[in-house]
Amino acid sequence: MHRLQWEEAQQKDVILYPEGMVELNQSSAEILKLCDGSRTPIQIITELEEKFSTSGLTNDVNSFLEDALQNGWIQQA
Amino acid sequence: MAGSNKLKITPPRWLLAELTYKCPLQCPYCSNPVDYAKHSSEIGTEDWKRVLTQARKMGAVQLGFSGGEPLTRQDLPELVQHARQLGYYSNLITSGYGLTEEKIIQLKEAGLDHIQISIQASTQELNDHLAGTESYQTKKEVAHLVKKHGYPMVLCVVIHRENIHQMPEILAMAEELGADYLELANTQYYGWAHKNRDLLMPTKEQFEEAEAIAQAYKEKVAGKMKIYYVIPDFHEDRPKACMNGWGTTFLTIAPDGVALPCHSARDLPGLDCPNVTEHSIEEIWNESKAFNFFRGNEWMKEPCSSCDEKEKDFGGCRCQAYMLTGDMYKTDPVCSKSPDRHVIHEALDSARESALSADEQPLIFRNSKNSKKYS
Repeated sequence: MHRLQWEEAQQKDVILYPEGMVELNQSSAEILKLCDGSRTPIQIITELEEKFSTSGLTNDVNSFLEDALQNGWIQQA
Repeated sequence: MAGSNKLKITPPRWLLAELTYKCPLQCPYCSNPVDYAKHSSEIGTEDWKRVLTQARKMGAVQLGFSGGEPLTRQDLPELVQHARQLGYYSNLITSGYGLTEEKIIQLKEAGLDHIQISIQASTQELNDHLAGTESYQTKKEVAHLVKKHGYPMVLCVVIHRENIHQMPEILAMAEELGADYLELANTQYYGWAHKNRDLLMPTKEQFEEAEAIAQAYKEKVAGKMKIYYVIPDFHEDRPKACMNGWGTTFLTIAPDGVALPCHSARDLPGLDCPNVTEHSIEEIWNESKAFNFFRGNEWMKEPCSSCDEKEKDFGGCRCQAYMLTGDMYKTDPVCSKSPDRHVIHEALDSARESALSADEQPLIFRNSKNSKKYS
């Protein structure tokens, strides 16, 4: 029902759904791109921390994933 | 009038493609112009493809195929396919009438993202009466088929005095049909609805009761079905932020190729709305008189021009201001700060009187015969 897509005109990733659109900031988009059904939340966090050479992302990522689940952007596998 | 040169023009995001004014239904609250019969020409497939391409290039991403009944256009699957290739999220806004399983599959393969079906009421008798066409059973079957083929399904029910008492049954019907979204659209009094306002406008008590029922249901189905509630602006004290601001987000193309900043704008005088057969979307959006007419806020009169809420609601709806006061520059009379607010009270009183009266007037149905009278 939701489609994640790069919008050239906006230079942004967006989520598209029936008659609506959410513009994503870069970090939200990075998280969502990893939600492809093949990774656990822990793997997503590890991968992001490696990619951006940082640590302590657990709380932020988890709370975003909860919101995303609530909004129906992702589903629990 | 025209916006100042310094004004930054944002690109369109939402394209509403009104493919045709033809429709097998005759709903008396239709938002199409009452004189649609005189705009019967339709632009061709290649024109529509060019419009889709040009608008997409500028940044339009949500696309509504609407009408009339868009299914009456034989080139719909071709247009859907073109839209998908361009990266639109395409929404089919349909009565469901004439939508077969074969067509549902064909449109899915073409890349259609979502189908919105309208149902007029929760009972066959009232649905078929309001639609002016026997369509209730078909619509319910189509709703099941839409779900079966994996589309997100939005059920749209326009709410007015004839069906507002069915709110509990409407909610239950939407849940039973497996709607992902239910749009409870309180009638907006434009076009045909304006003509039938005395007969369609519910009383304040009816609104409040229906809204409370819908709100309670919202919690019951949270996580399963989303409920959108389109507010009845006559009962508010601030106007709606119409079209998210004139020429900021929405672009409507009428069946004959006329480009409109909102779907009612062809009723406004002196806009000279441009046609896509003569101009590119970029020219229309950025340079045309019509799209610059109410951009920004230099056009505003008092009390809007000095109002601290003008950036929030943009003075409300230009079409409503024109329709109800005869002056399209005025504050939308829905606003309690408007010196014309009395016209809203008068409309509500008049509708209440009609609701309480035993002398029932017939609804004016949206059909070619009636439209010719207004043309």
